Amino acid sequence: MAADPPPADSVPVVALARLGRRQGSRWTLRGVDLEVPKGQQLMVVGSNGSGKTTLLRLISQAWLPSSGKIRLFGAAPGPEAAARSALLSHADYLYDDLSAWENLNILVRLYPQKDTDPLAILAEVGLDKRRDDLVRTFSAGMRKRLALARLLWKRPELVLLDEPYGQLDPAGGQMMDALFRRFRAAGTTLIVATHQVRRVGALCDRAIYLADGKLCWEGPAAKAASVADPGGEE
Amino acid sequence: MASARGMDWEHAVGALGLGLLIYGSYQGLFVLPPDRFMGDVMRILYVHVPAAWSTLICFTVAFVCAIGWLWRGTWRWDVAGEAATHVGLVFGVLLTCLGSIWARPTWGVWWDWDPRLTTVAIMLVSFGAVTALRSFVDDPERRATWSAIAAIVSYVDVPVVYFSVKWWRSLHQMQSSPSTVDPEMVMVLRINAFAFLFLAIWFIARHYRLIRIRRDAELGELS
Amino acid sequence: MLPVPRAIFEVLRKDLLLAWRTRARVAAVLAFGVTSLLLFSFAAGPDTVKLRANASGYLWLAILLCSTLALTESFRYEVQNRALEGLRLIPTEPFAIFIGKSLANLLLLLLLGVALVPAMVVLYDVSFKLGLPMMIGVIFLGAAGISAPGTLYGLLAARVRSGEVLLPLLLFPLEVPALLSSTRATELVLTGDPMGQLQSWLGLLFAFNVIFWSVCGLLFGRLMEE
Repeated sequence: MAADPPPADSVPVVALARLGRRQGSRWTLRGVDLEVPKGQQLMVVGSNGSGKTTLLRLISQAWLPSSGKIRLFGAAPGPEAAARSALLSHADYLYDDLSAWENLNILVRLYPQKDTDPLAILAEVGLDKRRDDLVRTFSAGMRKRLALARLLWKRPELVLLDEPYGQLDPAGGQMMDALFRRFRAAGTTLIVATHQVRRVGALCDRAIYLADGKLCWEGPAAKAASVADPGGEE
Repeated sequence: MASARGMDWEHAVGALGLGLLIYGSYQGLFVLPPDRFMGDVMRILYVHVPAAWSTLICFTVAFVCAIGWLWRGTWRWDVAGEAATHVGLVFGVLLTCLGSIWARPTWGVWWDWDPRLTTVAIMLVSFGAVTALRSFVDDPERRATWSAIAAIVSYVDVPVVYFSVKWWRSLHQMQSSPSTVDPEMVMVLRINAFAFLFLAIWFIARHYRLIRIRRDAELGELS
Repeated sequence: MLPVPRAIFEVLRKDLLLAWRTRARVAAVLAFGVTSLLLFSFAAGPDTVKLRANASGYLWLAILLCSTLALTESFRYEVQNRALEGLRLIPTEPFAIFIGKSLANLLLLLLLGVALVPAMVVLYDVSFKLGLPMMIGVIFLGAAGISAPGTLYGLLAARVRSGEVLLPLLLFPLEVPALLSSTRATELVLTGDPMGQLQSWLGLLFAFNVIFWSVCGLLFGRLMEE
């Protein structure tokens, strides 16, 4: 007689085993073991080139691992997991020749949601007045907001943010803070790679520290600041 | 991996191939009588036809290795594929030159759009492009995957090109190359065919070792 | 998981929208095609009989040359801002993305080919013995023969440095059977088909399309990976 399957909530949303990625002859990430339970807000810290972006890209399935295993939502990676997760990265996946609205609409058509208005999402990120302007004319901060709008539309269960505060003005930063709180309230699993250790550390449960592609430290987010920046300058 | 016991195995194969080639060519050049219709010009077929077979074999090996890399992902497939492609290109150029040399005294032109020769020429350009592609990609894994894809597409095109050129030419009622061969010539052809095959194996194996060393250095590890 | 027909439609729609939005560039590609036809006339000489006889060849050479520009263009915006990564994350089979993009490229090349027909009529003094609809049908099949391998190699070239050099080098030898068939079929449409050969050439072109739409479609997924 088979045992009952574990309740859905106890299956980790992300489970990495000996995960590694090689670019040419250099390993940008290696031997990473990590489990992220549902609803957790995880902060990923490390200096430039430590593998934060690689980690997020692997979990989002934008890149394939060179070694190790990933399990997402308790299953092997695939289109279903891709539909339930979203990545906000340095690259915004936008088409310069289309307007803000048209860029968002691509996603709206791929992931139809019955009870949400795309215009409302644009308003939420502060782009409703610029909806018909071509993305080519947008500043870096506005592009980030549009990329965020696409992410919000998708209503993912797993949100991956790579340096979310980059390029955002103070108002945008506050918007991001509010979003963090909203994600927590909604039980969304969140993984954030950032240099803003104190700011994000206050909003997250747990943190990991990457150095040279390896996971060096794991612990409560509040303690991350002392690990990442022992001099305490930030 | 140099053999600890001394000479690499392929040298024996190469020596055999060379020996057979010398014997077969001697027979073809001096011993056998000239062809009834074509005269001495026909003697070039004793190397031309075997060269054609080994070119095709090399590119078929490259095709199989491309599939092997995409399917299995172990480096020896990529290295073997690269080696086979290079050797195939060398044999192919040789083959094309031989074909030209044969066409000139026979038909008075350097190129007669013979379907087989034309197909080989296009195949050479295709696989030459695959080789060029390799030099434009730095990352070893990407390079292997992308050149494997291009090699597969190029190889699949070969029969299509052959049939289309054959049809295209038949519309213009051009002369076709001889396809019947005298029985005593068959023996020499077979000898030379094996000779070229062994030489191809020798070249591919030697080239494989060289590329393997380069690849391992590039990857910084032995896999 | 997005159903395949839906994904194909969405990718196609996006590409057509982008083509319309960048129609100035599309027009420039067409201008290049017309210029090529002009250049062929100058290179061949003012002998009207000779030009008329070779018109089908010139047309298809012009279409082939235009295709490299059009294909490069169609992937330029996928590589910008890493939009390709966004495509990769669409929850569907990579095959669907390939078909969507290839259909978009097919329509673009069909448009270019059809737009070159008036130029061909004017410059080479040709007429359509078998009718204009048949001409468009041949252009459709020929454009399809370019668009599938062109989409595969176009993506490859977009991700490789100096890819604009590599694209024609990889694509043109591959296209020889399609070029042969399209040119011969076009010639028969222009001058008449007393011996009933058109069917064979169209058959070959069709077979070429079947083979390469499937082979390229199967391999596209591996090419999209990173």
